[in-house]
Formats: sequence, C-alpha cells, structure tokens
Amino acid sequence: MARSINQNAYSSALPNFRNLGILLRILLIVNVLALAAAVLQSTDARTLRRELLEISALVQPLLILSLVALAALNDVLKRLPYALGVAVVLLLELALTAALSVAGRPLLEAEPAPLARYWLLVGLTTAALLFYFHLRGRALSPALSEARLQALQARIRPHFLFNSINAVLSLIRQDPKRAESALEDLADLFRVLMADNRNLSPLAREVELCRQYLELEQLRLGERLQVEWHIDKMPRDALVPPLVLQPLLENAVYHGIEPRIEPGVVSINIYSARDRVHAVLRNPYRQDGDHHAGNKMALANIRERLQLHFDAEATLATRATEDTYQVHIVMPYVKARES
Amino acid sequence: MNREPKAVSANLPPLRVLIVDDEAPARLRMRDLLADCGGELPVEVSGEAADGRAALELLAAEPCDVVLLDVRMPEMDGIEVAQHLLNLEKPPAVIFATAYDAYALKAFEVHAVDYLLKPIRLARLKEALARVRSAAPPKAEALRELQRAPRTHLSAQERGKVHLIPVAEIVYLKAELKYVTVRTAAREHLVEESLTRLEQEYGERFVRVHRNCLVARAAIRGFERAATEGGEAHWLVLLAGVEEKLPVSRRQQHIVRDYSRR
Repeated sequence: MARSINQNAYSSALPNFRNLGILLRILLIVNVLALAAAVLQSTDARTLRRELLEISALVQPLLILSLVALAALNDVLKRLPYALGVAVVLLLELALTAALSVAGRPLLEAEPAPLARYWLLVGLTTAALLFYFHLRGRALSPALSEARLQALQARIRPHFLFNSINAVLSLIRQDPKRAESALEDLADLFRVLMADNRNLSPLAREVELCRQYLELEQLRLGERLQVEWHIDKMPRDALVPPLVLQPLLENAVYHGIEPRIEPGVVSINIYSARDRVHAVLRNPYRQDGDHHAGNKMALANIRERLQLHFDAEATLATRATEDTYQVHIVMPYVKARES
Repeated sequence: MNREPKAVSANLPPLRVLIVDDEAPARLRMRDLLADCGGELPVEVSGEAADGRAALELLAAEPCDVVLLDVRMPEMDGIEVAQHLLNLEKPPAVIFATAYDAYALKAFEVHAVDYLLKPIRLARLKEALARVRSAAPPKAEALRELQRAPRTHLSAQERGKVHLIPVAEIVYLKAELKYVTVRTAAREHLVEESLTRLEQEYGERFVRVHRNCLVARAAIRGFERAATEGGEAHWLVLLAGVEEKLPVSRRQQHIVRDYSRR
C-alpha cells in the first residue's frame, strides 16, 4: 500500500501538508482572515494599516511555524486514523500557540490578550481549514472522479480495438507466434484499462504499457509508425497516475500518424530534473483538423487526474507548431517506497 | 472439392475484386477470406491498393467488378474514393469496410449502401459478394450525403482515366454549360460538377466573384480597375499562379472592399 497517495476514501484523509498547493491555500486563507479581522477593527486606511501590522505580528510567526511543523509531521499524520489525525493537528496548533505566547510576550509592546482567547481563535481557524480540506477532498474524491474516469475509459477508441483484432486475425495463419504475442499485449493493455486506477503506479510500468500499445499499433501501421524512445534518464521508480501517457500516445497515432500516407515519428522523451518528472511527447501534425474533440477530452481527463494526485505541482502543456504537436507533462518526483 | 458446382456460378466468370485498405494486415486478412470464398463463389483478386490514388491508378490499367473499400484512410477517405470511382468508364460496385464508426453505419443503412464490419466474417462477405452481381454502383447522390468533410480532390475523366486534382492547388472554378473548368497553376481540367454545390462544399476556401466563377481566397493577389468596351468601369481580380484576370460582377463588388480591409 506504500505506493498510493489517494488510496483512502475521501472521509479519512488529511491533506498532504508537503504539497505546494495545500500550503499556498493555507497561507492564503489565513491571511485573508487576518485582513478581514483588521478591516473589522479599523475605521480608516491609517488604522487599517496599523491593525493589519499588529495582527500580522501575532499571526505570521504561528502560521510559518505551523506549516513547518505540519510538513515535518506529514508522514506520521498520514498514518493515523482521520479522527486522531485531526485531534493531533488541533493539539499541535494549540501547543504552538501557547509556546509562542510565552516566548513572544517580552517582544510585544502591549499586554497580549489572555491565552484562552488565542486558543479559541486558533482552534476555530484550524477547524475551519480542516473542514475546508475535507470538503475539497470530497469534491475531488477519487470515488467521484473515478466515475468520470470510467465513463472516459469505456471510450478508448473502439476503432483501435476492432482494427487490432482484425490485424491479429490476419496473423493467425501466417505468423501464429506473432499473433500470440499481440493478443497477450492486447490483454495486458485492457487489464490496465479496466483496472481500478486510483493508485499511482511506477513510471516503468506505464512505459511498458505504452510499449505494448505501440507494438499493437505497429502491427497495423507497419513502418508508417516510427517510434523514438528517449528514456535513458527516466526515473523508473517515480510514481505516476496510471494511463497518464498511453491515451496521449493513442491521440498521437490517431491524429498524427493515421491521417498520413508517408511515415511519421512519434517521440517519447522522459527525464527527471530538479525533483520533477518530465514527459514530452511529440507527433507530426497538420493544421486542418476539425476532428480534435477526442483529443481535448483525453487531455481534460489527464489534467483532472494530475490535479487530483498532485494538485498545483503537476502541469500539462500542449503546443502546436506548423508541423508538430507536443504535450509536456511535469509531475513531482514521488518515489516508490520499498515495502 | 466442390463436386456439384452451382449452375449459376459455373457459367459466370470469376468476380474480379480490388482490395483497398491502408493497413497491410487488413488487406492480408481480406485476401485470406476471399480465398475461403473460392469454393462456392469464384473470386479473383485483381489487385491491392493502400490508398485511393493508387486504387484509381490500378483500375485504369485493370478494371474490376467490385471494390472492397476501407472507409478510414489517409489523405482521401473511402467515401471520397467511391465518388471518384464513378468517373471511371465502367464504375465498379463498392462494398465499404469499417472497424467502427457509428455515424457512417447509420448513414450506410439509410442509403442502403453495402458495408462490412471489421473484423469481417466470412459469411457476411459471401452475402455481400453474392449481391454484388446484380447491384448497381452506388449512387452519386447517396455518396455525397455520406461525405462529412469536404473532399480533398476533384476528379476529371480524361481519356478513359480518372485524373485527381488536389483541391489545395485549384486557383479558380468556372462554370461552362454542362461542366466546370478547374484551373490550377499548371493546367485546366473539365469536371462534371455544379458550381453551386462546389460553393456549398468549399465555402471556406473559395469565394464567388461572378455568377459563373469561384476563386480561391488564398490565391487572390489584388484587384484592378478596368473599363469595358461599353465604357463602364468594373473590377478585375488578380490571381497567383495564372496570368488571367477575372471580372468581378457588380453584385459581388463587396469582396473588393472586404479584401482591402483585411
């Protein structure tokens, strides 16, 4: 179970406190609350500035300390049952508040309010934030998007399935060995397509799947389909959402290779740089397409899954030049842990 | 083997079949199936082609009775190829083959066009081939309605051969009596089409400058003022790739303004 991030149902997971998107959200929400409090207490712009400064002096140290502590404790928190995790986070916040109020007392000009009042404010804010992440987790829950995902999965191009079967049929008499391995590839591919794909899986496995898929396409298209792999520097143990690359290759073949008589190159370039995994796919492209609805759907689906798994830390960018189409995915390098 | 050949098939020459599919394994599969038909239904494969252009070239050299035509092919889809086939001296019957295309299947049913689903079953292939002897080639009207995207080529009949003209190379189209003259930078062709229908099909690419003339928007180089013999002034359109200047009718003068505004 070590190789999954969102394997739990929505109700039982604290947010990933090491995720940049989560940290940014906490920063933003707490600061907006501080601003609101300052506005409430002030009468004009000058007092607003003073109020904001005073509130910040109290809020920012606690905020920064909390984020550091939560990020540090993230792995421990992850392992706790949800209710216990919530309790630990609340207690942690109250403890930090107490510590700061003792340590900070000499630094403040005015006499601070009683500790109980800070506890109340901090407790309420923490609870509100946790509730927000709970709702957000539910909205982005794997259960929900898997329903969407399955609707999309069922739409793997039937065109591909039937044409592949037709190609295999043609091999049975002339080249039974090749027909066998083609059917094995097809079975593997559909096993993954029909599997529960909520869990992240190793990049090496996704690449293997892509290989099998391209073998099948090569069976049909022969030398019209040329494939270039640049994966020497690929981080094999990186965890990625299953089927993050295969649908993109399917698009590349459908829109880039099949409409051409002359051979075309699909290139796959995977590498890691500064703790990020990059995947760059390119295919030939002709600007006349009104048939890109299928492409957009697959891209939207992959974007959604990347967001679900990695939030703001993953991006997917496309670029069409005169004769090539490129998809560039950047994901955080999440390593598979030995279990 | 077949000890009691049916009277019908015994008297008829074998059916000549051309296989058109862009995927080699699909052609191979079709060949195998046709060989399996052999016993009851004499069939002879007259050739194989990987795209529409190659198919038309083969047919110019060696006619056939029926074309087994894949629908989804690069450059020119099967529906378009079938329309160009109608320009042959003796158009063959056509049986479409497709792996999956909900839209096309429905349209085939509506227009009673024969089709096979891939992977193809021997029994279905036999049925379709048996029907072909009595079947007429598909109707131009039905094929036009099956066509989804504008055709990539127009075709002209020239000395018994079908000549393909890439639409991208056309500079202008001019209606004359029964035909339309198609002008490319290289030469002129006569095609049996209606200018109105061409205007509908390629509304994006061509613009009407005169009651009898469509010009390629991309080929317009400018306009020139000219006086007719009667002394009335009118506009001429200048086109890339051809010397000729074509008159712009009074009714279409707005395109001159539209052009200068671009």
